[in-house]
Amino acid sequence: MYKIAKENLSALFQKIAESQELYLPIENCGQVNYGVWTEDADVNLDVLKTVKSPKDAFFPQSENLYTVKRTGKKLSVEPEALKEQKFVVFGMKACDVQGVEVLDKVFLAEPVDTFYRARREHGTIVAMACHEPEETCFCKVFGIDCADPKADVATWMVDGQLCWKALTEKGEALTETVKELLTEDAAMDEKVEAEKATIHSITEQLPYMALSLEGWGGDALDAKFNSPLWEELHKPCLACGTCTFVCPTCQCYDIKDYDTGHGVSRYRCWDSCMYSDFTMMAHGNNRTSQMQRYRQRFMHKLVYFPANNDGMFSCVGCGRCVEKCPQSLNIVKVIKAFANQGGENA
Amino acid sequence: MQAIIDRAKELLADGTVARVLGWKAGDLPYNPEPAYFEKEEDFKDFVYNGFCGANLSKLMIEACKLEGKTMVCLKPCDTYSFNQLLSEHRIDREKAYIVGVGCKGKLDIERMRKMGIKGIKSISGAEMTDDCETLTIQTIYGEKTCKYADAMLERCHVCKGKEHKIYDEIIGESKDTQDAERFAEVERIEAMSPEEKFAYFQKELSKCIRCNACRNACPACSCRKCVFDSTKFDSAQKANVDSFEEKMFHIIRAFHVAGRCTDCGECSRVCPQGIPLHLFNRKFIKDIDEFYGEYQAGEEVVEKGPLTSYTFEDVEPGIVAERG
Amino acid sequence: MSIEAKEEFRPKIVAFCCNWCSYAGADLAGSSRLAYPADVKIIRVPCSCRVNPMFILRAFEKGADGVILCGCHPGDCHYSTGNYYARRRMTLLFSMLDYLGVENGRTRVEWVSAAEGVKFSTTMNEFVEKIYSLGKNVRLGDLRCRQ
Repeated sequence: MYKIAKENLSALFQKIAESQELYLPIENCGQVNYGVWTEDADVNLDVLKTVKSPKDAFFPQSENLYTVKRTGKKLSVEPEALKEQKFVVFGMKACDVQGVEVLDKVFLAEPVDTFYRARREHGTIVAMACHEPEETCFCKVFGIDCADPKADVATWMVDGQLCWKALTEKGEALTETVKELLTEDAAMDEKVEAEKATIHSITEQLPYMALSLEGWGGDALDAKFNSPLWEELHKPCLACGTCTFVCPTCQCYDIKDYDTGHGVSRYRCWDSCMYSDFTMMAHGNNRTSQMQRYRQRFMHKLVYFPANNDGMFSCVGCGRCVEKCPQSLNIVKVIKAFANQGGENA
Repeated sequence: MQAIIDRAKELLADGTVARVLGWKAGDLPYNPEPAYFEKEEDFKDFVYNGFCGANLSKLMIEACKLEGKTMVCLKPCDTYSFNQLLSEHRIDREKAYIVGVGCKGKLDIERMRKMGIKGIKSISGAEMTDDCETLTIQTIYGEKTCKYADAMLERCHVCKGKEHKIYDEIIGESKDTQDAERFAEVERIEAMSPEEKFAYFQKELSKCIRCNACRNACPACSCRKCVFDSTKFDSAQKANVDSFEEKMFHIIRAFHVAGRCTDCGECSRVCPQGIPLHLFNRKFIKDIDEFYGEYQAGEEVVEKGPLTSYTFEDVEPGIVAERG
Repeated sequence: MSIEAKEEFRPKIVAFCCNWCSYAGADLAGSSRLAYPADVKIIRVPCSCRVNPMFILRAFEKGADGVILCGCHPGDCHYSTGNYYARRRMTLLFSMLDYLGVENGRTRVEWVSAAEGVKFSTTMNEFVEKIYSLGKNVRLGDLRCRQ
């Protein structure tokens, strides 16, 4: 295990940024989000959850696909180049790493999304254990261990030292490039184990960690879809897209054209199943009420996705929707509401 | 809180109202959600405390379409929005039974998180009783305390007053929590150079994720179909493509509610990125006050607002350049 | 970029003109052979109050360097009151743009009657001058619209 003192991290970031782009949590106007590291960026590694998840690094909120230019009577089409430079995402939490695995299932399955694949191939993930998990976290419910993130490199912050352990080839390669700043220290192994135990003891106390997913999964389709509960649950929903846009696993997007006056730029941007124009087609919209839209989001995460992906849920328990929903609705409340109803009926 | 519950049950029992619109306790100490209560047993979850910040006026648009009256719990500042919706004929006064609930300032969990309060197990002091000066928070990481006023929403620091502008009855005491100047921040920005102003808004708006929470929470944004949802409108509605889209969205959003915005502060409360969106609305309010006379939307039910009326002597648009 | 820098700056100016007064004013300017720069592109609207704030922002978004709105003099509106509403709206919008740090010379409202060909031409000359002095609009345009 390698280590580097917390105060030397800026040197580490500088070193990484010399050869590749570096994404990490940056504070801007009081909010921490993943962004590209620059000399004067206000890096904040203490905040547990960035507002947006780091999925932007692999699946940006908006990206250009191709541009059509008009010169006289000629049209030329310029496809957007695929990512060719290597980059590093630093400080991803275990839940967010799992979020990327969920995206992989969608974008790396046939037909492969080449834009996503290029980013995935060039990106190295340096994950960080959650030093102080919070009451809105429920990653354990999905089998994620926030004390032991699985990524290219795993890191822990112990006693002002960042402990660094490469787990994959990509991780080893990154370690090589920054080796001069790291010191090897076998004694840290023990401390990291102690840190893991501390984190585990904290997660034991968190209210959401014991949530049960019983009754959910690919086989629950009819029972859940036809439940009268949705009619009640959706009522306070404002139909904004906050939950979907802060979510590390939401992967729906829309493709649109923008008239530049001298051509067209075709881009894609995240879309939200909460919106009335989501999947709008010539014949209209296939989900016409907010209840249906609301149901869609949770059914997708807890029923449709596991049905198509060997039981893998497309929620990772990061708790961002719990924190950010303007009306305090969230997936935990939905799961609990169904559990309670089941209890009453039985 | 008990007084509200008792009265609500009475009104339901004697048939005055068919349902009650209030707040249901959440599963954390700070996340109650707006909810309807129709049966006596539903009230076991009814809650009214410092975290019930959501303005229920807008939900009355839907509630007014239902059979029978709805009892709605409105805080003093929510009644302005209710009046405004009445002025615009979006809701039916006959379909609402307004219980003005007391308010002593509402809390912002984000501000508490900023103070480093995390791993929250329970919060005491948010019950809206008289001696709620300090909040005591039990967390996994130890006991924390903070002043009630320090954890209040921005809008409560510029409280419009403790009076309910429209109600059928009032339950509970309210307190005027104003301790800051409403237009101070707007004035601070006005005094900046154009470069500074531009940089300030550029930075703030660069956080926008186009989630539309500000629009959807706004009681004044009640169009059936928003211009930004129109598929005919070629500008990107959900993309944060570059710096201009957000600006256009936020200018237009604020413009569409200019003269109708009661400054209820919901837009800033709900913004997941903490953008001070009220600064747009308040700029319009300040200008309207200066150019066309003091006007508070929702103070009373009116026929015409400042942008749907005029005088022959109105200032010319050139004033903007002249005043420098 | 280097090629562009050498090119002389020609502003793009959008003028929204009301059908009943200002558009006729522009006509009169033309038939009286009064010159005004070709940088001004006129868009005819039924009334100055047809111009919604989005029109102005969209013009900037798509690359305009200045936007001017011309309508009938207050009191002369073909629809009696349209320009009074336009006056309030534009005052507030311009004030907001100023608040956001957009140079306030880039927007203007001028009342031009059908008989004021001279006023139309001098207004446009002045406005174009102003935009030349302010230079390219970099604060409100959409990056994708730049060539």
